Amino acid sequence: MDIAALTFLALGLPFVAALVAPVLTRFLGHNAAWLLALAPVAIFLHFLRFVPEIANGEIVTGGYAWIPSFNVSFSWLIDGLSLTFALLISGIGALIVLYSGGYLKGHPHQGRFLSFILMFMGSMQGLVLSDSFLMLFVFWELTSITSFLLIGFDHGREAARRAALQALVVTGGGGLLLLAGLLILWNVSGITQFSLLLSFGAELKESPFYLAVLLLVLGGAFTKSAQFPFHFWLPNAMEAPTPVSAYLHSATMVKAGVYLLMRLNPVLGGTPEWQILLPLFGVATLVSGAALAVRQTDLKLMLAYTTMASLGLLVLLTGLGSPHAIEAAALYLVAHALFKGALFMVAGIIDHETGSRDLTKLGGLRSAMPLTFAIALAAALSMGGLPPFFGFLAKEEIYEALSSFDRRSMVFAALAVLGNALMFAVAFAIALKPFLGSKVETPRHAHEAPVLLWLGPAILALKGLSIALMSGLAHRLISSPMSSAIAGEPRTVTISLEPHIGVPLLLSAITLLVGVAFYLNLDRLRAATAVILADIGWGPDRGFDQFIRGLLRLAVAITHRLQSGKLDVYMTVVFVLIAVVLLATPVHFGELPRAPFFAADVPTHELAIMAIAVAGLLAVVLAADRLTAIVSLGIQGFAVAVIFLLYGAPDLSFTQFMIETLSVVVLALVMTRLQLSPSDRRPLHQKVLDSMIALACGFGFGLFLLRATGTPFDATLTDFYNLYSKSIAHGANVVNVIIVDFRGTDTLGEIAVVMITGLAILSLVRLRAGSLKRGADVRKDVEERA
Amino acid sequence: MEAWFALLVGIFFTVAVYLMLSKFIIRVLLGVAVLGNAVNLLIFTGGRLTRGVPPVIAGGADALGGPAANALPQALILTAIVISFSFFAFLLVLAWRAYEDLSTDNTDEMRVAEPVKEPMPPLGY
Amino acid sequence: MKSVIFRTVAPFLTSLMTLFSIFVLLRGHNEPGGGFIGGLIAVSALAIYGIAHGVETVRHAIYFHPMAIAGAGLFAATVAGLISLFAQVPFMTGLWIYPSLFGVEVPLSTVMLFDTGVYLVVVGSISSVALSLEERGGE
Repeated sequence: MDIAALTFLALGLPFVAALVAPVLTRFLGHNAAWLLALAPVAIFLHFLRFVPEIANGEIVTGGYAWIPSFNVSFSWLIDGLSLTFALLISGIGALIVLYSGGYLKGHPHQGRFLSFILMFMGSMQGLVLSDSFLMLFVFWELTSITSFLLIGFDHGREAARRAALQALVVTGGGGLLLLAGLLILWNVSGITQFSLLLSFGAELKESPFYLAVLLLVLGGAFTKSAQFPFHFWLPNAMEAPTPVSAYLHSATMVKAGVYLLMRLNPVLGGTPEWQILLPLFGVATLVSGAALAVRQTDLKLMLAYTTMASLGLLVLLTGLGSPHAIEAAALYLVAHALFKGALFMVAGIIDHETGSRDLTKLGGLRSAMPLTFAIALAAALSMGGLPPFFGFLAKEEIYEALSSFDRRSMVFAALAVLGNALMFAVAFAIALKPFLGSKVETPRHAHEAPVLLWLGPAILALKGLSIALMSGLAHRLISSPMSSAIAGEPRTVTISLEPHIGVPLLLSAITLLVGVAFYLNLDRLRAATAVILADIGWGPDRGFDQFIRGLLRLAVAITHRLQSGKLDVYMTVVFVLIAVVLLATPVHFGELPRAPFFAADVPTHELAIMAIAVAGLLAVVLAADRLTAIVSLGIQGFAVAVIFLLYGAPDLSFTQFMIETLSVVVLALVMTRLQLSPSDRRPLHQKVLDSMIALACGFGFGLFLLRATGTPFDATLTDFYNLYSKSIAHGANVVNVIIVDFRGTDTLGEIAVVMITGLAILSLVRLRAGSLKRGADVRKDVEERA
Repeated sequence: MEAWFALLVGIFFTVAVYLMLSKFIIRVLLGVAVLGNAVNLLIFTGGRLTRGVPPVIAGGADALGGPAANALPQALILTAIVISFSFFAFLLVLAWRAYEDLSTDNTDEMRVAEPVKEPMPPLGY
Repeated sequence: MKSVIFRTVAPFLTSLMTLFSIFVLLRGHNEPGGGFIGGLIAVSALAIYGIAHGVETVRHAIYFHPMAIAGAGLFAATVAGLISLFAQVPFMTGLWIYPSLFGVEVPLSTVMLFDTGVYLVVVGSISSVALSLEERGGE
C-alpha cells in the first residue's frame, strides 16, 4: 500500500477503534485498553517514518478530492509542525488509553469512555494534519463535540453537565468565528489549502480584509486555547475523569488554538496587529492563570490553571515572532505536553489510590508510593525549568527571546518571570506536598498504583529527561523542523544543556529564587489571592451563567409575546398582514386596476345566483341558531356549484354539489351534539374592528383579481392541454385527463392527503372521551409539584 | 363580467375572514368552509370566464377547437374541493372533540398547549 | 330513521347511486365525470343507506373496512404509476392496451386504473368519516 493510502487509514483508524471499543470492553473488561492502545501506537509508528524526510526540510502533502466542484479536498499536510503534533497526539494518546484502562477499571461505561477518547484522538489528529480549510473546520468542531461528551461523561452530576455545555458553547462558538475567518480568507485568496497559502502572506497583509480575518481567527484560537477572558471553561472541564484532563486539557485540545496560530504565523503574523494582540492576551492569560493556580488546593484545578498560564506563554511567544521566540514556543510546547500530561496522571493516581486530591488533606505518601513520587518529581523539575530536564531548555530559550533590552521586552520578561515563578511554586507544591511531611489519613488506604496507571506518566517523565540529554538529535529531528514550519523559513535550534552565562541564565536564577520564595509562602499567597478575587466578586464563569440565563429569559419573553395562546390574535396578525400586502403593493408599484366595468348585459339568472350566494353568506354571518347556519352554508355552496355549471365546468359543479351535500350532513351530525350556538357573543368594538380587517382583505382580493384579469391572458398551458389531451392521452374530457394523466403525480399526492385526513379523523373520533382533559390535569399536577 | 366576479370574490373573502376572526370555534369553522369557496372562485375567475362550453373534445375532433372554458383551473379546483372538504371535516371533528373534553367553544379558554401562566423552563444545566 | 317510505326506498336508491357512481367513473375520461365525482356519489349512497338502516348494516354490506378500501385505492393508484417504469418510460406515463373481448374492443389503461384508485380512496376515506360520525350520533 502506498504512503497516501496508509496516511488516510491512519486518519480513520481512531474512529474504527472507537467503534469496536465498547464491544471489546464488554468481553475483555479493562484489559481491552491494551488492545485498543495498539491503534494509536500504529499511528505513532506510521508518522515516525516521516521524521527523517521532514528533518531534511521536506513537506509531504496528499489527499483525495472531496467536493471537487467547490475545490474542497480531503487533504493533509505533514511538516515539522503537524508531524510533531501528530506524534504527541498518538504517542500520549496510546499512554492515555492504557491509563484509562486502569483508571476506570470496573466502571460500567468504560467502553463508552474509551470510545469517546479514541474519537477525540481521531478528531485532534485530523485537525493538526488538515491541509484544506474545511477539513480543519470539521475536525475542529469534532474536537469540540467529543470533548463535550468526555467532559460530560459523568452526566449524573450537574457540575459535569454545566462544564460540558460551557466548553461546547465557548469552543463551538469560537469554531464558528474561525469558519467565518477561513471563509473570508478563501474568498480573498481563492485558496483552500494551507500548503498553498504561504505564498499569499504578503498580499493578504495588504488586503482590507486582513483585520477581519485576523480577529475571527483569533476568536477561534483564543476560545479553544482558553485565553483570558475565555479561559473559564478550562478549569471547569476538570469535571471530566482525570485521563481526559491529562489528554485534552493539557496535551492536545487546548493546544489546537496555539497550533492554528503557529500554522498561520507565516501568513498572518509579523504585522503590528499580530504583535500587539497576541502578546497582550498571552501575557494576561499567563499572569492570571498562574495567580489563579496558586489559589487552588485541588491538585487538578491547580494544574488546570497552570495549563492556562502555559497557553498564555505560548501565545505570547508566537505573537512576538522573533526567531528565538518561535524556537522557544516550539520547545515549550513539546516540553509542556510531556510534563503536564505526566503531572495530570500523577494527580489522577493520587486521587485514585487515596480518594482525595486536596493538597491540604494529603501528606507523607512517599513511602507508600515511591514510584509515583519519582515520576512527579521528574515532571515538576521539568515544569519548574531545572536542568537537566527539557523544561530547562525551553525556559532558557524563552528568556533568550525576551532578553532584548527595549522597554516592551523588559515588561514582558518581568511578567514572564512572575508567571514562571508562580508555576514553579505550584509544580513543586504538587510534586512535594502530598509526598513529604507526616502521614495524613486519607479516605482510601494508599498504596502504589498498578502498572496500567504508572506506565504512562513514567514514560512521559523519562522522555522529558532523555530529550534534554540528547538535545542535539531532538533538535535536528523535531525542534528545528517545527520551528521552520512555524516561521515559514528554515530555522535551526541549537540550545543545549551546556552552561551558557548570560541574561537568560540570570532570569532563570531570579525565577528560581522567587519561585522558592513563593513555594515557602504558598499558604499566605493563597489567602491573599483569595481575598483579591473575593473583592472582585465577578468572573467570566459567573458571566457565562448570567449569559445563559439571560438568553433563556429572552427566549421565554419573545415566545410569550409572539405566542399569546389566543387564536384570534394569531388570526388577526395574519389577516392584517395579508391586507397590507394586498393593498400596499399595488399602490407602491402603481399597479392599481382601472375602474371596474360592471357589464350591464349580464343575464338575470346569473345575477340572481350571485345574489343568492351573497344572501347565503350574510345568513351564515348573522345566523343565531345551528340550523340556519348549516342551511345558509349549504345555500352559498350550492350557488357556487351553479356558477361553475353556468361557466362551463360541469365536473366542478357536480363535485361541489356532492361536497356541499356531504358537508351539510357531516356538519349536522356533529352540530347536533355540540349544543353550541353559532351566534357571535363578542363586544361591539371587537366586531367593528374585525369587520374592518375583513373588509380590507376582501377589498384587497377583489382588487387583485381585477388587476389580474385586466392583463392579457397567457393561454400557452391551456392550449397545450387542449391540443394533446386526445392525441397523446386518449381522453376527450380535458379536465379529467389533466387530473389523472398530465398531472397524475399531483393527484397521487392529493389522494394520499385525503386518506391521511380520513385516518386522522377516524382516530380523533375513536379517542376516548376526556383524554385531552386528563392531559391538562397531568400538566397541572406537574406544575403544582414543581 | 370579471368585475362582477371580483365583487363576488371580495364578498366571499370578507365573510370568510370575518368569521375566522371570531373567538368561537363554530364560526371559525364556518369561515374555513367559506374560505375554500372563496379561493376556488378566485382561481376560477383568474383562468378567465367562458360561458357554457365545457372543455370536452367533440366526438370526431382530435383537439379542442373553438372557445371553451379553461380546463387547467378546473383541474386544480376539482382536487382542491375534495381536499378542503377533508380538512373541513378534520377541523370539525377536532373542534367537536375539543369541546367535549374542554367544555368550551371559546378559543381563548383552550389553553392546554399554551397555558396562561406558563412556568419558566428549568434554569439549571 | 323511522320513515317507512325512506327505509323502503333507501336500498334501491343506494344501489342505483352506486351503479351510477361507477358509470360516472368509467365515462370520466371522455365526458364530465371521473374518480373524484364518482367516489363522492358512492359516499352519498352509503351515507343514505346508513341513515336509513344504521351504520352496522352498511359496514356489513361493504364487507371491507372503509379505510382498507381507501388503502387499496392508494395502492392501485401507485401501482398504476409504477407500471410505466417497467415499460422503460417515466413514472406515471399512461399506457394503453386494446384487448378484444367477445368481438368488442375494450380500451384498458393504467390511467383507468389510476382513476379507479382515486375513486376507491375517496369512497373509503370519506365514507369512513361519515360512518364513524353517524355511529357516534346513534349513542
